[in-house]
Amino acid sequence: MQKRLIVNHQLLEIMVMRLCHQLIENHGDFSDSVIIGLQPRGRQVAQRIQSTLQAILGTTVPTGYLDTTFHRDDFRRRETPVAANATHIDFLIEDKKVILVDDVLYTGRSVRAAMDAMISFGRPANVELLVLIDRLYSRHLPVEPTYVGRRVNSLQSQRVLVEWQGPETQQDNIWLVTKNEE
Amino acid sequence: MQELSVRHLLGIKDITANDIQLIFETADNFKDVLNRPIKKVPSLRDITIANVFFENSTRTRLSFELAEKRLSADVINFSSSGSSVKKGETLLDTVNNILAMKVDMIVMRHSSPGAPHFLSRHIDANIVNAGDGTHEHPTQALLDSFSIREKLGDVAGKKVVIIGDILHSRVALSNIFALQKLGAEVMVCGPVTLLPKYIKELGVKVELDVRKALEWCDVANVLRIQLERQQMKYFPSLREYTLYYGIDKKMLDSLDKEIVLMHPGPINRGVELSSDAADSHHSIILNQVENGVAIRMAVLYLLASKQ
Repeated sequence: MQKRLIVNHQLLEIMVMRLCHQLIENHGDFSDSVIIGLQPRGRQVAQRIQSTLQAILGTTVPTGYLDTTFHRDDFRRRETPVAANATHIDFLIEDKKVILVDDVLYTGRSVRAAMDAMISFGRPANVELLVLIDRLYSRHLPVEPTYVGRRVNSLQSQRVLVEWQGPETQQDNIWLVTKNEE
Repeated sequence: MQELSVRHLLGIKDITANDIQLIFETADNFKDVLNRPIKKVPSLRDITIANVFFENSTRTRLSFELAEKRLSADVINFSSSGSSVKKGETLLDTVNNILAMKVDMIVMRHSSPGAPHFLSRHIDANIVNAGDGTHEHPTQALLDSFSIREKLGDVAGKKVVIIGDILHSRVALSNIFALQKLGAEVMVCGPVTLLPKYIKELGVKVELDVRKALEWCDVANVLRIQLERQQMKYFPSLREYTLYYGIDKKMLDSLDKEIVLMHPGPINRGVELSSDAADSHHSIILNQVENGVAIRMAVLYLLASKQ
């Protein structure tokens, strides 16, 4: 397995800061806006965006986590079933501006499932999509992000891995992982 | 992620403790779905489920049907009264005819113990046992344990007494298996005529005095006296049963600890449970019913992924 660093922790910090300023440009004081991170890996991105916005603006933007397992279109078509995660949205999204947040945009299928799942919590005024990494030329559905950290060209056999600093990793990093052919 | 170790849910005896935990974790997620403004997910939208009931049922059937609809499955209902079963059609023929209409899963209740096991050897569809005679009622046991877990945090290490007609009860047998697999201590309590002769072989305690049983336990699961299953007299009269085995609020209050009271329904008010006991804060009877839908959604969802 080969790993190539595509975004290091300094660049990632600048990227998150830029995305937050782009959000502020469109959402002002966030009085009608909410952030929804897609489980499992959009959750940490959403937390980071929320805390960065709080540092800049001094206000806490309501943030929730949405699990899309039961709305996926590949149920009974996969080898192994997907484990469900918790959904935690303790606000109504009726007439709100929703910012969906995920780490990597690939085929667009999970975003479709997320939009489907999100409607269970009300009718939003509008919905935007924020991703750290957009994998170009790989879409199965007409889904495009509103805010992008970085666009990358990648092969189908490759995988983009976003690592956050934690007990197991020292720094925030984004990697492009290539599996060795067997 | 983990999968169930079985293709059918025929009884708790055939599944592992891991399976039960997986069902509980999935049910947690579905319970969350059931508390949303829109209580529906599209997971099973390309699946057709037949509810085949050869025996009367209200609660279980409604609960299964609701679970199926919440998962967006297509549902057909069959009950043996008013059907060709009365004309002499065999079980296998009836079910094969239903399956010929492209049905993916069968939820079956039958009065003969082992009927779903027999069926599972002959057909491809996933089968969920919704009660087979006096044998097993797996989803009821799962929702009972799930309710204990919800109320007390865990099932392991808890003392659970099952009180009443153990002899005729499929709920009792499934509960004994489920509770033991999850690490609880199980006791059965009832008149000696309503206890199976070899029940001790299952590793349960036996107690004839209901008061002593209540003093021992953390949870009391009180069963219904099944008048319809009793061809002979197992006790002299209902009044006498109530006198010796009925539970009322006064008795619960006189215990030196709080116990949790459960009942699989329908309650014979004033027989095994008095009204004030059934409606007291000890009782989690309506939570059981609520959890039943989430548990059945989890079972159907997990089995459907094992087509």
